[in-house]
Amino acid sequence: MTLETSTWATKKGLAQMLKGGVIMDVVTSDQAKIAEDAGAVAVMALERVPADIRKAGGVARMSDPEMIVGIMDAVSIPVMAKARIGHFVEAQVLEALGVDYIDESEVLTPADEHNHIDKHAFKVPFVCGCRNLGEALRRINEGAAMMRTKGEAGTGNIVEAVHQLRDVLSEIRRLQAMREDELFVAAKDLQAPYELVRKVAADGRLPVVNFVAGGISTPADAALVMQLGAEGVFVGSGIFKSEDPARMANAIVQATTFFDDAKKIAEVSKGLGAPMRGIALEEIPEQERLAVRGW
Amino acid sequence: MRIGVLALQGAFREHLDTLRAIGVEGVRVREPADLDDVSGLILPGGESTTMRLLIERWGLREPILDLADRGAPIFGTCAGMIVLSRDIAGDEAPILPLLDVTVERNAFGRQLDSFEAELSVPVLGDTPVHAVFIRAPVIERTGPGVNVLARLDDGRVVAVRERNIIATAFHPELAGETRFHRLVATMAAEHDDPGEGSGRRPHPTRRARSTRLAR
Repeated sequence: MTLETSTWATKKGLAQMLKGGVIMDVVTSDQAKIAEDAGAVAVMALERVPADIRKAGGVARMSDPEMIVGIMDAVSIPVMAKARIGHFVEAQVLEALGVDYIDESEVLTPADEHNHIDKHAFKVPFVCGCRNLGEALRRINEGAAMMRTKGEAGTGNIVEAVHQLRDVLSEIRRLQAMREDELFVAAKDLQAPYELVRKVAADGRLPVVNFVAGGISTPADAALVMQLGAEGVFVGSGIFKSEDPARMANAIVQATTFFDDAKKIAEVSKGLGAPMRGIALEEIPEQERLAVRGW
Repeated sequence: MRIGVLALQGAFREHLDTLRAIGVEGVRVREPADLDDVSGLILPGGESTTMRLLIERWGLREPILDLADRGAPIFGTCAGMIVLSRDIAGDEAPILPLLDVTVERNAFGRQLDSFEAELSVPVLGDTPVHAVFIRAPVIERTGPGVNVLARLDDGRVVAVRERNIIATAFHPELAGETRFHRLVATMAAEHDDPGEGSGRRPHPTRRARSTRLAR
């Protein structure tokens, strides 16, 4: 019997196992334990949550390997970590540490303004951000095994996440309505490979799992994007910037499972304390927006 | 006949798709009332820590144990296998202790050790099963009533059956493999109509004497 490791089915498959779940940003092993106990399906190990990266300014890089390994040892659920866009050496380091998923993330400062990482070259699977269908299919073509819409990280504001998810899904519905011979031009317009465009048109969904990130800070936020068609959620600053992180984390997990059951969402939303303080999008100057990073 | 798929978290859509592919109606199960008219239940892959929390929070433990007690087939894949095991290595409390086995979580290591293999499962016939293992568990110990359905070359147990409970460490639902689901559907049909194959052939016009048949 030959065992084949790091195949496309295992890379994409881990994301399938995370569906219907919540992936939480954590900066210490203690937070990772809190997240696991609250029902997180995976944690994202990083030095600062996006809200603090935004505040700190400067260049945001891959986290300290020691801190990532500490979190890997602390929990039994999968651990993800972020590399800068195009920084394939940070990705090599994360692979060497044995993380379960790499997020090539716009939350960190990009290392390459033209090229993303060639993700086919890695054994570890990648998740990437997107704002629209074209961007998603370009990342999948480069080897991403999971997608997430970017939202606007660290704002506690769901508006961009909703906008981008609606864009991706309505573009998919548009492809489904097309004649076969119209898909060639659609691929040109999307700046995406024709084969992927054709597959999306036939299946009515992306060829990989699609989560939502960037701005989720309440159970109702999570349920909103799930009802719109997300397959799961990333919560960054929304948990550990809230008043009672363990309760907020647990409530978001419950609301992600029962996303279409308003009574249960109401029940789990009671008495959670204050969610993170949000930022209106108009308050963020164009050049400080994270979602525009990546192409 | 309907087969439930526990839909709290994980790859439940893939199981519902597989059931549809073999012409069986699948229903999402998230709370006790969803179990009312199912003839079997599938526990999908996902994170067992998350499923544990949700099973306890929404009172699914007793109703699922009752369903199993009545003889309905229960089939767990990957995390579903962990959920069904009586003992979880590392002293974690069991979730639905229906299988007399000890299971080790993440037995192969991390994601980089996830793999695919052609696996011989004699009970399903000569064609091997294309098995996808993702951060998979392994059965370390099997009790006396447990049948081993498949092993890796090194002897490690990755599929078992104990009466109406079946569990695999891998994911048939990710590889277009339908034979496990067919087996579960057959067991569910038998559970619905226990008379099937029992040899009872009542006279077409005379009513059977209920006292004798009741035994």
